[in-house]
Amino acid sequence: MEKKVMDGAQTLIKCLEAEGVEYIFGYSGGSVIPIFDAMITTPTKIKFVLVRHEQGAAHMADGYARATGRPAVVLVTSGPGATNVITGIMTAHMDSVPMVCLTGQSVSWMIGKDAFQEADIFGITMPVVKHSYLLKSSNDIPRTIREAFHIAVTGRPGPVLIDIPKDVSAGAFSGDLNAAMELPGYTTRAGAADADAVKEIADIIQKSQRPVILAGHGVLISGAHKELCRLAEKLNAPVTTTLLGKGAFPETHPLSLGWLGMHGTAYANKAMCECDLLLNIGSRFDDRIIGDTNFFCKDATVIHVDIDPSEIGKMIYPQYHCIADAKAFIDALTPLVSRLNTAEWLKTIDGWKQKYPLKFKRLGNLKMQHVIDEFYKLSDGKAVVVTDVGQHQMWTAQFYKTDEPNNFISSGGAGTMGFGLPAAIGAQFGRPKDVVIAFCGDGGFQMTEFELATVALYKLPIKIVVLNNHYLGMVRQWQELFYDDRTSGVDLEGNPDFVKLADAYGIKGFNLRRPGDVKRIVKAALAYNDGPCLINCEVEKTDNVFPMIPAGKRIEAMIIEAPKAGGKKLEKPTGST
Amino acid sequence: MISNKKIHTLSVYVANKPGVLARIAQTFSRRGYNIESLVVSPAMDGHFSRMTIGVSGAANGLAQIIQQVSKLIDVLHCTDHTFDDAVVKEMGLIKISVDSSGRGEALQIAEHFGCKTVDLTETSMILQVVGDPAKIDALVEMIEKFKIIELVRTGKVLLARGAETT
Repeated sequence: MEKKVMDGAQTLIKCLEAEGVEYIFGYSGGSVIPIFDAMITTPTKIKFVLVRHEQGAAHMADGYARATGRPAVVLVTSGPGATNVITGIMTAHMDSVPMVCLTGQSVSWMIGKDAFQEADIFGITMPVVKHSYLLKSSNDIPRTIREAFHIAVTGRPGPVLIDIPKDVSAGAFSGDLNAAMELPGYTTRAGAADADAVKEIADIIQKSQRPVILAGHGVLISGAHKELCRLAEKLNAPVTTTLLGKGAFPETHPLSLGWLGMHGTAYANKAMCECDLLLNIGSRFDDRIIGDTNFFCKDATVIHVDIDPSEIGKMIYPQYHCIADAKAFIDALTPLVSRLNTAEWLKTIDGWKQKYPLKFKRLGNLKMQHVIDEFYKLSDGKAVVVTDVGQHQMWTAQFYKTDEPNNFISSGGAGTMGFGLPAAIGAQFGRPKDVVIAFCGDGGFQMTEFELATVALYKLPIKIVVLNNHYLGMVRQWQELFYDDRTSGVDLEGNPDFVKLADAYGIKGFNLRRPGDVKRIVKAALAYNDGPCLINCEVEKTDNVFPMIPAGKRIEAMIIEAPKAGGKKLEKPTGST
Repeated sequence: MISNKKIHTLSVYVANKPGVLARIAQTFSRRGYNIESLVVSPAMDGHFSRMTIGVSGAANGLAQIIQQVSKLIDVLHCTDHTFDDAVVKEMGLIKISVDSSGRGEALQIAEHFGCKTVDLTETSMILQVVGDPAKIDALVEMIEKFKIIELVRTGKVLLARGAETT
């Protein structure tokens, strides 16, 4: 046996290896030099991806985790390196995405004394992490890494941050590599659903004539999409999903209502108003789904199934609830129920589907929807679709139907602009054989466009679609509808030529301007096999997303189609956004 | 006053680790709840601490916030004992300005409330009182006729009675 003493950083790499980490996304800096050195001196299969800004690293790890279900690691330096990942951590936290974020820190004895590049990242990130650590000793590394991964992926997943002072990573390790976890306060309630609660819920469901199943991100996280499909088919009950739940139930299935909420399908929202029973599995009743809390599913029996007890009664008080993992719950429920008499109900819903389909005009100026729809058709609906945030996000969710789990990746809770491109990079690293399409607006794209360098460097074959309306379209839409069309701070005058920008990174570019060229260029982009490509789409500047439920309003107030010019003025929404 | 009727008394059992108090405090403040009193001390097992927290704010959201506190990794459990049968005690030290002319009456009041005189000078005395928060309120009210120079209260601690656990 060799007697070489490992340092903290080498121990860290060994521990990450033991956790099965495939990728570290990060950026170097003074206080993490020992860790970067250990990546060279420790034999490891872990691949390091150098980003161009720390925010990109966090979104890449996020996209990787959403696409694969496995956590990735973020590694950044202290001070500004660490503060730059906060948006990414918060984005993952809002959407329950597992992530382990390692930040460098000054040497222990300088902490709190305003040392160079020192920031209290442990304190700053406290509200946006599932848990966090400030390491005190090199010997604590194995236990802490084990705990961090366990916490990140179990129960309701989330980001875990570990702040590592430089003397801890550089210090000699003399501890136990197999140190056990010490988490007396952490109980994962992923076990079987309470049998009595499930029985009670089954009895209630059996009495329903107009049921709706609402599937959230929790169904995807627990890998329960097949089980959900079986349950819905057995009950003959329609299923709607949240935005993040897209893929939990095939959107091309006859029982699918698509996704619901502010810009969801009219028929999903109408079903919320008229159902007699709502079975919510793994959704936290986001404010963009429920509109006005006091009226949401007012006359229906609401059942809430969630792994996180603190979600029960947070937004909506359900008549019945069950604290359980989605899969465990569905597995327990399915044998207890039988086919419901939903023929009338499904007929009503079909009527709504006929009357209020998602639609757009192919004539006139090029529409974002047209481009998205063509990508959907020509990629057979099989791509991993990543979006940024804004109008294009809603249209992508509407027109790129998702049939498979983990194929729709979007910042839902946080609504983080700049998420799209780096998240797509993470997704492509995680799913190298799949087609990854990043749909971005021109606003969000410019927030993290520097990661084009990462795309080019690793020759990632991502299709980067910039849906360029030269506006911050969603805010402009609100201003048009609710603020007498006083546009303020939304004109993105000064956009660069995105194709030239791509070219500067050595990335193939396409310009798309006319509806007549959509098919040809989308086809060419999908067929382009020699690395990444960017498609700049010059689209209608002032199009609006419908249906729309004004924030905070009752679902009944849904605006299904664009209001006629000169019509009744719309009230300002009372909800947040 | 500390012993407001709307104050809920929570007992939180936590792992004795850095940051746990900050996380709990943040959970309450983010939802607009104010921590009125807080006592933290080591539990029987030194790896853990017991916190007794008095919080004020809307009663209807509290059950959900208790769940949010409970799910913090270092929290073993968080229980609302407001309506439970429990022993609730607090200690107060009250320094009053009193000379020989008023001393007799002051000591009479002190005796009624079971206080101890823990400091006595020609011009002042410090009373030590132990009891439920309402009793300390009542003492403060009575003793206010003397000038209160300084006053400190520990905040309440609580233990469930009999077979119940805290």
